[in-house]
Amino acid sequence: MADILKRNKALSVNPLKASQPIGGSLATLGFNRAMPMLHGSQGCTAFAKVFFVRHFREPIPLQSTAMDQGSSVMGADENVREGIRNIAAKSHPALITILTTGLAETQGADVHRNVREFREAHPEFADIAVVAVNTPDFTGSVETGYAATLTAIIDALVPDAQLAGTFPGKRPRQVNVLASYLLTPGDLEALRDIFEQFQLRPLFVPDLSDSLDGCLTEDDFSPVTIGGTALSEMATLGDAKATIVIGESLNKAAELLAIKTGVPSYTIGHLYGLKANDTLIEILAKISDRDVPERLERQRAQLQDAMLDTHFMLGQLRVAIAADADLLRAFIDLLQEMGAEIVAAVTSCNTHSLADIPVATIKIGDLEDMENIARANRVQLVIGNSHAVDTAGRLGTPILRAGFPLYDIIGGYQKTWIGYRGTRQTLFDLANLVINHAHEDIPVYRSIYAQKPANEQTDYPLSCH
Amino acid sequence: MKSTKDIAALLDEPACEHNKKEKSGCAKPKPGGAAGGCAFDGAQIALLPIADVAHIVHGPIACAGSSWDNRGTRSSGASLYRIGMTTDLTEQDIIMGRAEKRLFHAIKQAIDTYSPPAVFIYNTCVPALIGDDISAVCRSAQERWGVPVVPIDSAGFYGTKNLGNRIAGDAMVDYVIGTREPDPLPLDTSIKIHDVNLIGEYNIAGEFWHVLPLLDELGLRVLCTLSGDARFREVQTMHRAEVNMMVCSKAMVNVARKLQKQYGTPWFEGSFYGITDTSQALRDFAKALNDADLTTRTEQLIAREEERIKVQLEPWKARLKNKRVLLFTGGVKSWSVISALQDLGMVVVATGTNKSTEEDKARIRELMGEETLMINDGSPKELIRIVRDYQADILIAGGRNMYTALKAKIPFLDINQEREFGYEGYQGMLELVRQLALTIESPVWQAVRVPAPWKRSCPQEESAHG
Repeated sequence: MADILKRNKALSVNPLKASQPIGGSLATLGFNRAMPMLHGSQGCTAFAKVFFVRHFREPIPLQSTAMDQGSSVMGADENVREGIRNIAAKSHPALITILTTGLAETQGADVHRNVREFREAHPEFADIAVVAVNTPDFTGSVETGYAATLTAIIDALVPDAQLAGTFPGKRPRQVNVLASYLLTPGDLEALRDIFEQFQLRPLFVPDLSDSLDGCLTEDDFSPVTIGGTALSEMATLGDAKATIVIGESLNKAAELLAIKTGVPSYTIGHLYGLKANDTLIEILAKISDRDVPERLERQRAQLQDAMLDTHFMLGQLRVAIAADADLLRAFIDLLQEMGAEIVAAVTSCNTHSLADIPVATIKIGDLEDMENIARANRVQLVIGNSHAVDTAGRLGTPILRAGFPLYDIIGGYQKTWIGYRGTRQTLFDLANLVINHAHEDIPVYRSIYAQKPANEQTDYPLSCH
Repeated sequence: MKSTKDIAALLDEPACEHNKKEKSGCAKPKPGGAAGGCAFDGAQIALLPIADVAHIVHGPIACAGSSWDNRGTRSSGASLYRIGMTTDLTEQDIIMGRAEKRLFHAIKQAIDTYSPPAVFIYNTCVPALIGDDISAVCRSAQERWGVPVVPIDSAGFYGTKNLGNRIAGDAMVDYVIGTREPDPLPLDTSIKIHDVNLIGEYNIAGEFWHVLPLLDELGLRVLCTLSGDARFREVQTMHRAEVNMMVCSKAMVNVARKLQKQYGTPWFEGSFYGITDTSQALRDFAKALNDADLTTRTEQLIAREEERIKVQLEPWKARLKNKRVLLFTGGVKSWSVISALQDLGMVVVATGTNKSTEEDKARIRELMGEETLMINDGSPKELIRIVRDYQADILIAGGRNMYTALKAKIPFLDINQEREFGYEGYQGMLELVRQLALTIESPVWQAVRVPAPWKRSCPQEESAHG
């Protein structure tokens, strides 16, 4: 049980938080032929777009209701309706999400009504799914925005079992996977491979591995997402054998899906480390009624071997982590499994799931908070996004880059952290970072009686590297 | 919050050509079809390079959270500008009216922790809408703690990035410029030293450091660049320049105009992109300062530098000559980069003008002839079409378009502020040609355009192309 230390300063310095609209956009981008539209001034969208472009190094579909002075004061209902209409007419996407910003919410926008009005006025666009979500940036974070948007999409697009005539197990090989933002496109690819070894067909909701995996297509240009969960698949969620939920932030979405479909649901916090992956493999073996394939057994044994090899570097290692709740939990579990010490755990906003993360305290704060706590606890390794690189520099420690955004490396979005193999690679990466940095040198001592040659009598420090 | 009248006054810029004509760039954004930044974005870009100031974004997280530490500008020393600061307003702050109080304490916290020479407060949409009086908060914070606290009222919904640039410029004129006298000049110089300013120079990737040594050599003391590698104490002295050079577009032309009005400082517009324009800018300084000795020394320096760089560019020119370029950038960069490319013997087939002024456009026609295609619709689809139709070898545009180009398998060069390479001055041309050749001549284009061997209908013919 963690003690949650709330924000106690007026100024946020070196923010860790990314906003709810960013999270909502990310969830939307995991659906095929989708277009998120932020309800706010056009800067809200421009900033979010740059944020994603720098992280994924891909063109990002993202639109704006472009609120100006007049509509900010007098009401922006027409902006929402006109925005949907323009996107629908121009690109005819399968899905448009309307995500509110702080500006629209402060003004008192009612986007749900706007969507209804649009529906009435434009029956010709009835085949386009339009989902409105309240995601103001004055509350929550990328994690809550992502979860809220996924919940709203499930609510709108998954039919109730009774009405649609779906029943669990109608598609005996299909397993729904609700995927938290902490799973990278690379993770999802690895996860698909694991499922397929059990002869199961995972249906990822959403599926960033199909839309933002960095794939060169035949088409020159598309105004909407290419790839991602097809909306037609949403009607089949009720026919799946089971639902696996990765990430506690999606609990609400999972509950809703279970109520709508009656499909049995299994929640796993994350897939970092031996224990978490054992849980997954056990569930898959049970669902598929198959033995665990030999290849996975071997990968598990390889991970165990890697744990032995790396525990010398990672045992008692003093680590600081700055991440949103799901990712924070994942790293804390992984590192504790290796005997490391979490000396600073910082997250961007308070959520229900924080309290049962097995660490003494969690600070709601920013990267400055992490820096201060980490320094006081003589940290040896930092885990955080690209913004934390400077923090680690000032702390004089190596950094493992993880989370959002990763803009100073290439291919961060594609890194595979999960599964036995991904975990093994993560352990190697962690160990390699500390191997030349973090062990504590014994200070050189020179005897006052020593008979060393004259040129060694000076007091320059000796390096062991 | 600014009134509609305030915004109209900002949009009315006598020194801007757009004033005379119904214009393209400041058009009302269209819901569902908009692109580009907001006024806050523009204000922050314009001032963030002032490196020793504490820049506080007053608003909920999205404004600072997605944008801090996101610029290619470089500092030669102070690095406080790279520390992201925001009041990160919560729902409770907004509902209970605690935002002003939080801002007040935030200013104190920034001063206590970092002892900056000044604090800049950027107002954003939400506090503007709920009526936070940031000027009053800044005033009382300044009185209370004795550090200049400057309000920059730049809510995103006021308008475009360009408007934000002007708001930022106005704030400097109103609150900072003229509050300190320049340091005394060194006494033992053999040449006469002139004080000058550069307005709209952002020192992207440190590129201004290609130019600054030349200005030093000529005895031009740069009091301040607004705002690349600037310090607060430099901005304070800008009123004492003998001449101002407007470097990047008309974005902060209001600063040049107001300094002329208030202090009589003449200004001219120029660019350091390309050999021709760099030399022209140096000549314009000499001309404006009306110093015969300076004119002679300027001509000598130009002759020396042009000779030196031409020799070094020769091998590259052969490789780039007649390559066709589609240029899509904003404002001044259109014509200034055209001249740089023409210096290399490249052909500019079309250029974007959606942010250019009428004067910029006239200049483009002068450089490229009446036939030039001027692009106003900068949609990715349209850009790709033009690249194909005009058989361009490369697209030069802002980073936002980079992945559009790459997905369409088109060579690309990033020209905007997020880029990592500096192209200014004579020396910058070498980096420019290197980057141009690097992408145009890259073997990867062939690799990504040719289908996999098992999909080639006529394998031998395909490989003959290769």
